[in-house]
Amino acid sequence: MLVRIAHEIVERNGDGRVAIVGIQPRGVVIAQRLRDKVAELLAADVRFGEIDISFYRDDLSLRGPEHQPEVRETRIDFPVEEHTTVLVDDVLYTGRTVRAAIEALFAFGRPRRVQLAVVCDRGHRELPIRPDYVGKNLPTSRRERVNVRLAEVDGVDEVSISELAEVRA
Amino acid sequence: MSARHLLAIGDLGREGIERILARAESFAEVAGRPIKKVPTLRGRTVINLFMEPSTRTQSSFELAAKRLSADVVTVKAQGSSVEKGESFKDTVLTLSAYDPSAIVVRAPHAGAAALVARWSRASVINAGDGKHEHPTQALLDLFTLRRRLGRLDGLRVWIIGDVAHSRVARSGIVALRTMGCEVTVCGPPTLVPRAIAELGCSVRYDLAGVERADVIYALRVQRERIAGIVAPSLREYVERWQIDGRRLRPGQVVMHPGPVNRGVELASEVCDSPQSLIVDQVEAGVAVRMAVLYELLAGAGGDGARLSAGREQEAPQPA
Repeated sequence: MLVRIAHEIVERNGDGRVAIVGIQPRGVVIAQRLRDKVAELLAADVRFGEIDISFYRDDLSLRGPEHQPEVRETRIDFPVEEHTTVLVDDVLYTGRTVRAAIEALFAFGRPRRVQLAVVCDRGHRELPIRPDYVGKNLPTSRRERVNVRLAEVDGVDEVSISELAEVRA
Repeated sequence: MSARHLLAIGDLGREGIERILARAESFAEVAGRPIKKVPTLRGRTVINLFMEPSTRTQSSFELAAKRLSADVVTVKAQGSSVEKGESFKDTVLTLSAYDPSAIVVRAPHAGAAALVARWSRASVINAGDGKHEHPTQALLDLFTLRRRLGRLDGLRVWIIGDVAHSRVARSGIVALRTMGCEVTVCGPPTLVPRAIAELGCSVRYDLAGVERADVIYALRVQRERIAGIVAPSLREYVERWQIDGRRLRPGQVVMHPGPVNRGVELASEVCDSPQSLIVDQVEAGVAVRMAVLYELLAGAGGDGARLSAGREQEAPQPA
């Protein structure tokens, strides 16, 4: 799946000036794999970054003090003006995370172009955001939860769907 | 940290301190970006109420709130209605009418911040209350030390100078002890009360043994106190307690909460030496105060929480 996405990224960015940026936490792991594959296809180094969106969330005040997100590292050490940045995440759902990631990216300059790659698109968008590269479209209900497990974090590569423990209306 | 206020460093405990230091690392990274501002506290109001003069604390709290996208108003005693005789309480009630999420208070009287917390619905941050406490100074000192030395546990810290009148010392001793440092306070007997040992530090009246310290923390000597009867003459102070190039051992670091009296508590060459962390402390102030504002305001209290009271069913989903 990632190999196909890597091919698509190379096809659409013929000049090779592309950087892969993962959204914390799981997008970073996927982005690392994707970067390796794209670098292999281009036979060149590919810039890599990671981005944490905690400070850009639109729901901080909706969460109680006990449910604050864990803040992880943000590292963008390439000029965003000169590269097409491919944002990478595991699941695309409401689009709010991606919106926040785009805003975070703008703190580093005026990005030349931004694209979006996700392992799984589960629908239910609340913002006008669409992915450029999709591993798999996965029609779901809002009552379900999509879990992308990764060998680096969870010991296994797997996508599964589970019911939310407590159904919230 | 689930507390709404930060009045004393003891409110935090080790876990709370660790959380704030970790957050401050994230905000220090933000300070390195071309655009040093995040939208986290957009729409919130922060009021800085400064009844005493301050450069560092005031400017860094202001910058911290701005970099979190809050709206900030700084009110100083000088030039405000306080000069017309408005009481402290009425000033606080007036400012509270703007419905701020946080009030940052600097005042000459111990307990002033706690009073504000009683009078206002806002989260209150103590930015120095008389001789009592200055918790955010202690936090930024820990942050600076850990960045430079890589650890806090087991560090030997000497705090030298006018300990009796120092809120920096009081918060600092508690914070350093909480994080596992060994603390010694030192200075003229009239400026170092014996009872300070109850905070868990050793008390010395001369610099013998200072060469074993990892960190030398000099306090500001207030000339007006030295000139009075409570302390030896300035010349004697310099001779016996000043840290100069001869007394500073390689490998030690020097800190000072500012403003420094060059040539009194620290020799000028020490202030400017690579062993001095004084500028690092100032730099850390913004990131640490962003972390404190974030801890107290993101999620809890404030306008946003009240607005969303009816929408709690809609739990935030990972997008």
